[in-house]
Amino acid sequence: MALRIRDLTLGYDRHPAVHHLDLDLAPGSLTAVVGPNGAGKSTLLKGLTGELVPLEGRIDRGVARLAYLPQLSEVDRSFPIAVGAFVAMGLWHRVGAFGRVGGKDAARVAEALAAVGLTGFARRPISALSGGQVQRVMFARLLLQDAELILLDEPFTALDTKTAADLLAVVQLWHGEGRTVLAVLHDIEAVRRHFPETLLLAREKVAHGATGTVLTAENLFRARQMSEAFDDRANVCVKGAA
Amino acid sequence: MSWLVDPFADFAFMQRALLGCLAISLGATPVGVFLLLRRMSLTGDAMAHAILPGAAVGYLVAGLNLGAMTIGGVVAGLVVAILTGAVARFTALREDASLAAFYLISLALGVLLVSLKGSNVDLMHVLFGTVLALDNAALTLLCAITTFTLVTLALVFRPLVLECADPRFLASVSRWSGPVHFLFLGLVVLNLVAGFQALGTLMAVGIMILPAAAARFWATSIGGMLAVAATVAAVSNVAGLLASYHAGLPSGPAIILAAGTLYLLSLAFGPSGSLAARYWPRAHLEA
Repeated sequence: MALRIRDLTLGYDRHPAVHHLDLDLAPGSLTAVVGPNGAGKSTLLKGLTGELVPLEGRIDRGVARLAYLPQLSEVDRSFPIAVGAFVAMGLWHRVGAFGRVGGKDAARVAEALAAVGLTGFARRPISALSGGQVQRVMFARLLLQDAELILLDEPFTALDTKTAADLLAVVQLWHGEGRTVLAVLHDIEAVRRHFPETLLLAREKVAHGATGTVLTAENLFRARQMSEAFDDRANVCVKGAA
Repeated sequence: MSWLVDPFADFAFMQRALLGCLAISLGATPVGVFLLLRRMSLTGDAMAHAILPGAAVGYLVAGLNLGAMTIGGVVAGLVVAILTGAVARFTALREDASLAAFYLISLALGVLLVSLKGSNVDLMHVLFGTVLALDNAALTLLCAITTFTLVTLALVFRPLVLECADPRFLASVSRWSGPVHFLFLGLVVLNLVAGFQALGTLMAVGIMILPAAAARFWATSIGGMLAVAATVAAVSNVAGLLASYHAGLPSGPAIILAAGTLYLLSLAFGPSGSLAARYWPRAHLEA
């Protein structure tokens, strides 16, 4: 398994946002995470990267390296750095803090920029980019990270059709290379068309499997029914306390 | 031209002052550039206040002794830096609030300690510096701190830039995020302690931040900013010391005001993001 999750509970202030989740991701699978706002999708990704410590349960990663594209990145877009240098951050696993960035690495950066349609942007400052171009830059960096497990949090939100299509092509390239991809998405139609597997999440797992069998009207209705309520006087979860 | 060269050619104390100031500038300006880029410009100011009780303890124990006051200042600054960083990383309080809390405690402690000894003219040296009376020990210390700063910055340059540009990414690919942050705060403290020997605790921040702020209006790359900031600081040192010599002004404030003048000129006329660039833009390109 590329990823094996058992009885995982993640949350804030003791209130669960992901509740007793079991999940297995096969190596090379391309999975969409779908669910209403507040369903715990971003929380799940933060748990997988280690940014959030689980309240309970375990996560076993069968892969060495993961890459993560957060929904709200903390990139300081006024920072005086050129696009090429920014993308080259993705080479960290190769060069570390002290290694030399040589000619081959420069070629890799140029290749990654070309793959996301930003040929010729290497010397531009990142402050001069549009929102869509920044997302292309983030994908170029992900390409260089060469990770076996790639986590994407709403990667196509607020992008025009052309940009979204270009970046989706990059995701399909990763899928073709046998990398495991988990992407949080809201566009159900796009999920049906391009993602073979889906996890439908509403704090708890509603369904997981082939997209066609998961995204049924009945499952989607159930996901919407599951309350987002944050009950201040909720009792201690019996399954958790046991 | 004699007014420009003679004071430095004729008087050893002017040569020492210039050497001391240039040493401080070389170390402090790159630290200032990174403070500015991390939106921590006021952190330098807070840290300068945090150093005060350490220097005061050194002064109470050993009198106006360079070694004691330096060690005291470094210890006080590092304690505040480490406590601030630890609170920000392990509790809900953000770095700014956490730093404000600790530096205010530290400052109050410093003022208390200073007043125990009663008012003393020597203590004015701590607050306003003694750039015209730097002895060999002080010069050696300043040059050592600058050398250490430049070597350290060269070594951790890559993680430091990443920590500034995209901290979350650095944390996701390595364990550098915490160490590089603390190392950087350590450099801030060291350079402020170096600065207060010459310029005083309150003026030391000026040579750190003003050249960096001026550089933002000239350069659009980190390397460019570092070069411009060092140049601005060097020019301010010479101009401030000359003004101090010819007009009988206190040298610390004269140097910082020279840097302030260059900052204001940059703000008005610099090529990148200045008032001139906003209100008298150059003709735009076709694509």
